[in-house]
Amino acid sequence: MLEVQNLSMRFGGLLAVDGVSLDVKEREIVSIIGPNGAGKTTVFNCMSGFYKPSGGKILFEGQEVQGKPDYKISRLGMVRTFQHVRLFNNMTVVENLLVAQHRHLNTNLIAGLLKTPDYRERERKSLDRAAYWLERVGLMDLANREAGNLAYGQQRRLEIARCMVTEPKLLMLDEPAAGLNPAETKDLNQLIVSLKEDYCVSVVLIEHDMSLVMDISDRINVINQGRPLASGTPEEIRQNKDVIKAYLGEA
Amino acid sequence: MAANTLKHALFCAVVTLVIAYPILGLNLEAEGINVTLAGADTSTVISVIAAAIVVFLFQLFRENILSALKSIPSPLPKTQKEPMAENKRARIESWVLTGIVILALFWPFFVSRGSVDLATLVLIYIMLALGLNVVVGLAGLLDLGYVAFYAVGAYTFALLSQYAGVSFWVALPIGACLAALFGFTLGFPVLRLRGDYLAIVTLGFGEIIRILLNNWTALTGGPNGVGGIPDPTLFGMEFGRRVKEEGNVSFHETFGIAYSGEHKVIFLYLIALVLAVFTALVIRRFMRMPVGRSWEALREDEIAARSLGLSRTAVKLSAFTIGAFFAGFAGTVFASKQGFISPESFVFLESAIILAIVVLGGMGSQIGVVLAAIAVTILPELAREFSEYRMLIFGAAMVLMMIWRPQGLMPVRRIHIPLRKQE
Ligand SMILES: Nc1ncnc2c1ncn2[C@@H]1O[C@H](COP(=O)(O)OP(=O)(O)OP(=O)(O)O)[C@@H](O)[C@H]1O
Ligand SMILES: [Mg+2]
Repeated sequence: MLEVQNLSMRFGGLLAVDGVSLDVKEREIVSIIGPNGAGKTTVFNCMSGFYKPSGGKILFEGQEVQGKPDYKISRLGMVRTFQHVRLFNNMTVVENLLVAQHRHLNTNLIAGLLKTPDYRERERKSLDRAAYWLERVGLMDLANREAGNLAYGQQRRLEIARCMVTEPKLLMLDEPAAGLNPAETKDLNQLIVSLKEDYCVSVVLIEHDMSLVMDISDRINVINQGRPLASGTPEEIRQNKDVIKAYLGEA
Repeated sequence: MAANTLKHALFCAVVTLVIAYPILGLNLEAEGINVTLAGADTSTVISVIAAAIVVFLFQLFRENILSALKSIPSPLPKTQKEPMAENKRARIESWVLTGIVILALFWPFFVSRGSVDLATLVLIYIMLALGLNVVVGLAGLLDLGYVAFYAVGAYTFALLSQYAGVSFWVALPIGACLAALFGFTLGFPVLRLRGDYLAIVTLGFGEIIRILLNNWTALTGGPNGVGGIPDPTLFGMEFGRRVKEEGNVSFHETFGIAYSGEHKVIFLYLIALVLAVFTALVIRRFMRMPVGRSWEALREDEIAARSLGLSRTAVKLSAFTIGAFFAGFAGTVFASKQGFISPESFVFLESAIILAIVVLGGMGSQIGVVLAAIAVTILPELAREFSEYRMLIFGAAMVLMMIWRPQGLMPVRRIHIPLRKQE
């Protein structure tokens, strides 16, 4: 469903991403790994429309999306999380989930003022969807707390829930396990697998936690200094000489 | 560290001297056609030096003074008190608010004409501040030219009545919509701007409108302003002693009561009250709707908002447009109340005062904004004797507020949203 061909991104003199290709099928978890500064987040930024790539193509369900504005890409069903959690901190947890469902914002200004039955129905639906996902990630009791007051692990989960209420087809997670303790990482592992199994979402995952990556990925792409280094199943990657060298060299 | 503070304090004191002495200490005296420079008398010199010493000492002990100020407990209640049960709180709140509105409806019949007039002005400021609150408090877009939309509303009514004989009730929606259109138009060039840059552009926009009104003499009468703006009518009944327009009747004759100038003042107050309540209710509703939440989302984190499919363009433009709409409302009422308007009424200071109301009230909070509007308009009137020190007191109040209670009089309370358990 997603195909990235020969993507490159240049910042002035720095070629941060150079010829990276990626291929994600329905209900698949594909990971992108690589040392710090390899260009993983930059690939995400191009895919989600934050940067206009300097070269290459991004096809989502057969449609070219490179260079489209970010909000349009997200409306197509490609939604991302951020390496550093980005919540609406002064809004409550539910409100965070409601905002995510506001894509048809300008159509119902009058309907909303008058509280037409149609508007109420829609409002009720988005509340129910929010409640569903809060229960799913175990934040129901904190629904009316301000998002900024949550613990770090809870904020991470809320960010994923916030993506899920938009009913995406493809979810891009940028280091979701960073800063989590082992128990939380285990929960996250199960959550991501369940997103794929139960909600038919494809996942692109950037992660440094190797055990998590090896455990849940269907395929892995390795990037080093902006260039693709290897790709294949977890088993193949584990044995790949270049990958071992890059990682040992880094360490 | 200490040496640095000393240097800084000395520098500030010297700056004070350099600025204050020429301004206060040197006088120009005219002798025939010549102008001579005369030194000041000793008392002025002494006070300038005293001021420099005060600045020096303050800067030197700044840390201690500020921390001492902070340690004085704030006279206002703390924000983080035990939360009341949600539905109980909401019920009490709506009862209290309804009570206040009912009181406000009957109050003008028992007080002097001057107070009613002042109260009308307060209501106009409440409308303005509630509207600006959308732009600054909710959407987080610092708008320093808000007074321009107020001017558009006021001038729309003034000019329509002068050239086309349009009445208040027809001009009210036109003025508001035209102001909204201006808000929309301003929104476009500033879409990409944030923070300081946005503030500067909006500031410029406000000045452009004022200067335009000042110089387009053929249409607006320039600095002379527009006069003879009619009062609102009640179902075709006029409030003047004599009927001005063909076909209208006068209020006091219809009801067979003696003419009194107070009727008009009270009527205008009631209109302002209804419009202010309308403004508050509509914006309150917006805050619970997708538009309102997307304003706040944009303020909180623009990148995250966009990544969730919110269009920055739509969100920003809606905030500017809706904010300007209510300024247009306020402007129309203002024009009708004054009967005469000129560019003088729409200077930058007005924008600053409205902004101060929003900040004092607690960004985004409606009740806070209403309280602050009352305080900022009424206190200077009560302290008439100190009118020369008005801005000084105002400034001091702002500084103290920012030290003690940066979140404003009544910081926003998030809306509690009950959820149903899902299976
Ligand atoms: N907006 C930008 N302007 C200039 N250079 C950038 C920009 N964004 C990223 N870079 C550079 O591109 C390179 C790749 O950065 P990127 O954030 O994609 O790495 P990463 O693989 O996500 O690393 P990490 O694992 O630390 O998150 C880095 O050298 C970075 O400095
Ligand atoms: Mg990164």
